[in-house]
Amino acid sequence: MTNSAYNKTDKSADTAELADFRREVKDWIKHNTPADPGFLLPQTFMEVGSEQVLEFLREWQHKVWSAGYLGMAWPKQYGGGGMPRKLQQIVDSEMKKARVPICFNVIGLGWAGPLILDTGTDYEKETYLKGILTGEDIWCQGFSEPNHGSDLGSIQTRAERDGNEYIINGSKIWTTMGNFAKYMILLARTDTNAERRYNGLSFFLSPMNADGITTSPIQKLTGDYGFTETFFTDARIPAQCLMGEEGQGWRIAMRTLQYERGAEAGAAGGVSILSTVMNDLLRIAQDVKRDGQPLMQDPVTRDNLVKFLIEEQALYLAEPRMKIPALCADYPNSLALSSKLRGTEFFRRMRQYSLSLQGASSALYVGDEDAVEGGFWQRAYMNNFSTTIGGGTSQIQANIIGEHVLGLPKD
Amino acid sequence: MTRTANLSITFSNEQAMILDAARDFCRDKSDNTAVRNLLSSDSGFNPDIWNNMIALGWTGLALPEHVGGFQMGVGTTVPLVESMGKYMLCTPFISATIAAQAILRGGSETQQAEWLPAMAKGCIGTLALLDNEDWGAVTTSCTLRQTNNGLMLKGKKLLVNDATVADFFLVLADFNSTPVLVRVEAHQLSEGAISSKTLIDETKRAANVDFSEVIVTEDAILPNSTNTLADVRLIGALLIAAEATGCAAAALDTVVDYLTTRKQFGRLIGSYQSLKHPTVDILIQMDSARSFIYHAATLINDGALDKDTEIACRMAKAQAAEALSFAGDRAVQFHGGMGFTYDCNAMLYIRRAQWTQHQYGDPQHHRKMLAPLLLD
Repeated sequence: MTNSAYNKTDKSADTAELADFRREVKDWIKHNTPADPGFLLPQTFMEVGSEQVLEFLREWQHKVWSAGYLGMAWPKQYGGGGMPRKLQQIVDSEMKKARVPICFNVIGLGWAGPLILDTGTDYEKETYLKGILTGEDIWCQGFSEPNHGSDLGSIQTRAERDGNEYIINGSKIWTTMGNFAKYMILLARTDTNAERRYNGLSFFLSPMNADGITTSPIQKLTGDYGFTETFFTDARIPAQCLMGEEGQGWRIAMRTLQYERGAEAGAAGGVSILSTVMNDLLRIAQDVKRDGQPLMQDPVTRDNLVKFLIEEQALYLAEPRMKIPALCADYPNSLALSSKLRGTEFFRRMRQYSLSLQGASSALYVGDEDAVEGGFWQRAYMNNFSTTIGGGTSQIQANIIGEHVLGLPKD
Repeated sequence: MTRTANLSITFSNEQAMILDAARDFCRDKSDNTAVRNLLSSDSGFNPDIWNNMIALGWTGLALPEHVGGFQMGVGTTVPLVESMGKYMLCTPFISATIAAQAILRGGSETQQAEWLPAMAKGCIGTLALLDNEDWGAVTTSCTLRQTNNGLMLKGKKLLVNDATVADFFLVLADFNSTPVLVRVEAHQLSEGAISSKTLIDETKRAANVDFSEVIVTEDAILPNSTNTLADVRLIGALLIAAEATGCAAAALDTVVDYLTTRKQFGRLIGSYQSLKHPTVDILIQMDSARSFIYHAATLINDGALDKDTEIACRMAKAQAAEALSFAGDRAVQFHGGMGFTYDCNAMLYIRRAQWTQHQYGDPQHHRKMLAPLLLD
């Protein structure tokens, strides 16, 4: 039995010139993909839990950038390629297909970088952009706080102006690579008396090496590390770290979150949580036996797999449809606002199911030599909760869709 | 073998105008009172509205120009049928469209030239396929045999849609061990051959039809029946999916309307997450169904259906039927005591959902057919 299902591709849109470029990229990938390092590489940038992994990924990102395949659409003067975005998209899609390691500096590449490019001062562009691309300057994000989760409006971390400095007090949680980062995009409260709580927030490009900033690694349900809690105790940062003006923090943060898709695109490489598709799952099901028969001949399994394939296809089809207003007339924002909920919940269930496909082997975990694909799916299932919880839980997403798309009352 | 899937959805300005016009037409002609007034009628539809639709050219939309059509392809009927589903506007349009497609795809040039111009002008055909409850059957017990009097049909067909108003039938029969579609005029049927059935969906009409003893000539047989049968079953599935998608959207609107007006324990009930979140699920299911029907409408053309189109039609039917079942079920539940009454429109949706499930194959049937296309 051959593997099949669907291979998604955007090749149809390639001109001859782009097709040449795509071939060149494929060729580069073939000759430059690093050998298996002997440890399981992260599926997302949220799993960089050791110096060893960090250095491996830093070297890889530097190699990709040196080859001209990272920041292709960023201006040349800041280390970019000054080329059309389409080329970066081709690189990203080929890298995903080839399952090369990720370009791990995602907060920098996907959020801080685009934000600074769009709205930053010349000084900020000069100072920060190139290091993001080379992987030299790792960035982290300081939005969420303990006890506030999805509700950014409730941010308590204080930033008080004192001469040419701000004094920061408070704590942040779910800081990805907080222990490795050189800079943080930080959302803190500069005005506690603002009429609307959102208006009291300001946005900082903060150094992480200031006195009074400490990080404490968080161990995830997978057993891995990758996040920290970050504490600010009378930490003094230069006043010029303020982005825009005081009180604009909420607006800048919302703008930053809109680059989220960019974060995926900027992540370029490989075995990202969102790029493993049904095809990968079908691959693991090929050789599995159940009740003495090949699993792929079991009618119940087949029905379940087709259900997942239908759901996956619907996710793909939502993209072209949301670009056609006539086909979204009744609830215009529906597909855009439900995108995260649909996608992340699909992947969670699909990965949960992937474990049941493995039969007895599903009990094995990362580190065991017999684990299917090194335990990739076991870890992917648990890690997937970072997407159904982070960035607004699925339950919050359902509230948002119910209230903003369907017009249902708040509770 | 890996394959590349076509993931396109296109929709021209012309199609958008048709959709707009269809939505306005259906809303104007088929309000709740109009729908309910027709529930106990014999034919199930208002002939004036059907004649309006013919006058607007809807019956010729998918037919070639040389037979008096607009040559826009059967995909163009998807927005029409979705709108009909949304306002539960019932006419023989779906039956007639499927029958016309069967002739367009399976008929000889002579048959097309003779039969299609009338269909563009509203002549009603309908397919008679089922011997029993099984939409997935590949053989039929209905036979077409040479006798001393000519070719004679023997057999009864179940649940023939719009049978009492059909001008002709395309009957699935076994002819020399090959399944064929053969045309039978309504006036050829013997007295009492049509027995109307009581349907769970009171907006729909279907009957059992006994074709025994009907004599036909060889030129009533569609020469390209085999491939055409497979294709029109898929087209049928797509149109039912389009109608179901529209109906699921109507059920959603009805639920949202109730959740934003009904108060219990001092609060609008839409503020309760136990109602809010499943309502969002209805939206998501409906949205997926809509993506599939317009994807299938994009792929389908007048030629034989290719693999991608087959996948799209089957996924559309599977998804739309599930979406409407869920929407109708929750619509009844969320209306509480009101939902248990005949006065509440939720009953229209839950009944339509049950009718929709098995038309042209239920979701499980289509998933079963999809499995080899996707997995092997």
